[in-house]
Amino acid sequence: MSGISPLSFALLLEQLLNGLQLGVMLFLMAAGLTLIFGVMGVINLAHGSLYMIGAFACAAVAAATGSYWLGLGAALAAAAAAGALIEATILRRLYGRDHLEQVLATFALILIISEGTRWIFGGFPLFLDVPPLLQGAAPLPGGGAYPVYRLAIIGVGAAAALGLHLLISRTRLGMRIRAGESDREMIGALGVEIGRLYTLVFALGAALAGLAGGMIGALQSVQVGMGEPMLILAFVVIVIGGIGSIWGALVGAVLVGVVDTMGRFLLPKAFALAWPPSEASAMGAAVASLLIYLLMAVILALRPQGLFGAASR
Amino acid sequence: MKSLSSASPREAAANLAILALLILGPWAALSAGHPFYVTLATKAAILALAATGLHLALGLGGLVSFGHAAFFGLGGYAAGILAAHAGSGEALILGWAGSREILTMILAAMGLALLAALPIGAISLRTSGVYFLMITLAFAQMIYYFALSWPAYGGDDGLSFRRGIFPGLNSARPLPYFWICLGALLIGLALFQILRASRFGTALEATRQNPQRVEALGIEPFGLRLTAFALSAMMVGAAGALFANLNRFASPSMLSWQMSGELIVLILLGGRGRLLGPTAGAVLFVAMEHVLGGWTERWQFFLGLAVLGVAVFARGGLLGLIAGGRRDG
Amino acid sequence: MADPALEIRDLRKSFGALRATDGVTLDLRPGEIHALIGPNGAGKSTLIAQIAGGLRPDSGSVRLFGRDVTALGAPARARMGLARSFQISSLAGEFSALRNVMLAVQARAGTSFRFLRPTRGDRRLTEPAMAALARVGLADRAEVPAALLSHGERRRLELALALAMEPRLFLLDEPMAGLGAEGSRELTGFLSELRREAPILLVEHDMDAVFALADRISVLEAGRVIASGSPAEIRADAGARRAYLGDSS
Repeated sequence: MSGISPLSFALLLEQLLNGLQLGVMLFLMAAGLTLIFGVMGVINLAHGSLYMIGAFACAAVAAATGSYWLGLGAALAAAAAAGALIEATILRRLYGRDHLEQVLATFALILIISEGTRWIFGGFPLFLDVPPLLQGAAPLPGGGAYPVYRLAIIGVGAAAALGLHLLISRTRLGMRIRAGESDREMIGALGVEIGRLYTLVFALGAALAGLAGGMIGALQSVQVGMGEPMLILAFVVIVIGGIGSIWGALVGAVLVGVVDTMGRFLLPKAFALAWPPSEASAMGAAVASLLIYLLMAVILALRPQGLFGAASR
Repeated sequence: MKSLSSASPREAAANLAILALLILGPWAALSAGHPFYVTLATKAAILALAATGLHLALGLGGLVSFGHAAFFGLGGYAAGILAAHAGSGEALILGWAGSREILTMILAAMGLALLAALPIGAISLRTSGVYFLMITLAFAQMIYYFALSWPAYGGDDGLSFRRGIFPGLNSARPLPYFWICLGALLIGLALFQILRASRFGTALEATRQNPQRVEALGIEPFGLRLTAFALSAMMVGAAGALFANLNRFASPSMLSWQMSGELIVLILLGGRGRLLGPTAGAVLFVAMEHVLGGWTERWQFFLGLAVLGVAVFARGGLLGLIAGGRRDG
Repeated sequence: MADPALEIRDLRKSFGALRATDGVTLDLRPGEIHALIGPNGAGKSTLIAQIAGGLRPDSGSVRLFGRDVTALGAPARARMGLARSFQISSLAGEFSALRNVMLAVQARAGTSFRFLRPTRGDRRLTEPAMAALARVGLADRAEVPAALLSHGERRRLELALALAMEPRLFLLDEPMAGLGAEGSRELTGFLSELRREAPILLVEHDMDAVFALADRISVLEAGRVIASGSPAEIRADAGARRAYLGDSS
């Protein structure tokens, strides 16, 4: 596209930030998934349900109390509690078993949690307002403006990434997590009480998903089934970044978020250079929906273990 | 444990019962004036065919694909697109304006599934285990979103069409269409059993049990797995064409991740590694859906509980419970 | 003299700071048994994996029957005639002993892409497979699933698989492990006959067997060959004794 005007530069920047914000959401999802897989070797298909639980808890508590912040706290607490409960009652029985049984059990959990949520909250979506503190827009270089709330989400994502990094590299819990990732038997030898560690890691991963779900409620409607598209995108992130790696999750998430958002923004415009507008927008949208999967395929073809994956699979 | 190609007497009896239920049930229902049950049995037979197809990859090859809805849906769209062109007379490829023949639709569905399975399999099979699961899921999702956003064949509205025709049978009526689908299932089951007993099946099952050993014997697992993945996709694609014809509708939901999960559930519900495991699972699933659905609007909740129970406690599935003892494979 | 069956030149492989294979050079000549001994952690398993093709070396080369196979994977090397047995039995546990060996026969014939004819009762598979089972004394256990065989029987099934491949070179990783004195003696007799069919690279801890069988012995320590020679020479080598034979006198 020739001759980018100042306006389109601002638009481009806005889309880039949108991509970053999606990336943050994906990072919060993927970090929990990858942590849980790294430590316990469990594939948790119900991770999207924890995201949904966070969103519903936030919307419901915020509506009841009038406070977004209480809602966000409830999102973290509800998701962490649900995660701990799932770990302690069900997944614990499936460690060391075939992945297929974990898949079956966590798929069943999706059915149970989705239908249970519909039972409690009914079939209608919930809505959540942006808290007063974070309303409004901040000026962008180039003349545009960008919602403060979305900037705050990006900030929370950066803080969560830093916090996870410090937690894993600097704390006793982190040491145990790293030990658990490298050798599940070794942490038994270190005298760590494995059951508690596993429940804690699962609750932590669930809380990250709940945080993402709580924050998204002010941007999208909160409804049953909102979690699984995020789960599947988080899988793409993990495949790209390499499983078990927090860094991989971060880089993969930002990559997926930005590529997806920019593709949806730019491809219809690019196609419009060659085709009539209506066809171009349909085709651009169709191709844009494929973009991250093509990215995944290319990365897999070059590096089957993902960008930051260490061991051979 | 026993030799692997022979079923125990109790499993054999269960197999007979399942087939008898599938064959005689619709007949009896129709004579008793309940044609709805014929449609239900047809759905069970089609899902059983799809699950048997996935079972080729998942049961024999140990390839846990969470993306077989892609092939199911592509099969459905292949049927729908052929029917739509045959209806409008608009050329599809090289002046050919589609077809209303169900057999042609099935061939096209298998061809389309094969075309999709080769690249998806070739890329996904560079990995294994949960990576394979996540990647196949992602590719299926890619096709799902593409179908949603591609307006030519209905986009998110799906594609309605008239059910295709079949030589010698009035396929528009429930019972003849059931016979067609049952015949397809029986062919699928025979193919599964033949493949399993062949040299290919032996090598494939060995790659599931011990890939290192297979390599040390001089066999590359990749080719076996890709072949199994492609054959599996083709059978699932054929089932998709029959499913779309049953509903007279190719829907994006046939491509959804829930569909992929459901196919896995059917296999594990019935009993992995057993010839009629997926069929038993499909019959049980459709029956549960119907009974629970008639009983409560929240039937998915209870379905979830039942599936969870199978995952945690009944590891051999329904046939495993009946036959006693767990069997991998 | 004929080309060596196996020729390893200056092979190196590191895992981080650990030099698991540190410049190993050795060969295997037709008709001989070359034993590879060394303490645990000397790098035997890593070396075997590089010979069989499961692991790529960082540098150096592996030649099989005069051809450089460094870049080839395990299946390609197996097809060239390298048959390996695993230190820990590695079989298709659900299959019967017979079906395991039949798989080796079909692999040798390169017929794994036949889809229609059942293997059961296919005499082109069963006859050579039964012959291999009979040679290792497992004929009467043919229908037992591999997972239900005893440890000693699984070791013998490993050998039957190798035999059924009709290989040009055997790579045997501790075939005596866990067999007991009686079993080891039997196997020693068997291997001394087997060398007439194809040369054997034998990794083994059982020193009685090694000194009874080997034409040559190489001692591996910390990823290097510290001594190589006839059994008599190795017995006399001070470094080898210190490293492995545990002889403090």
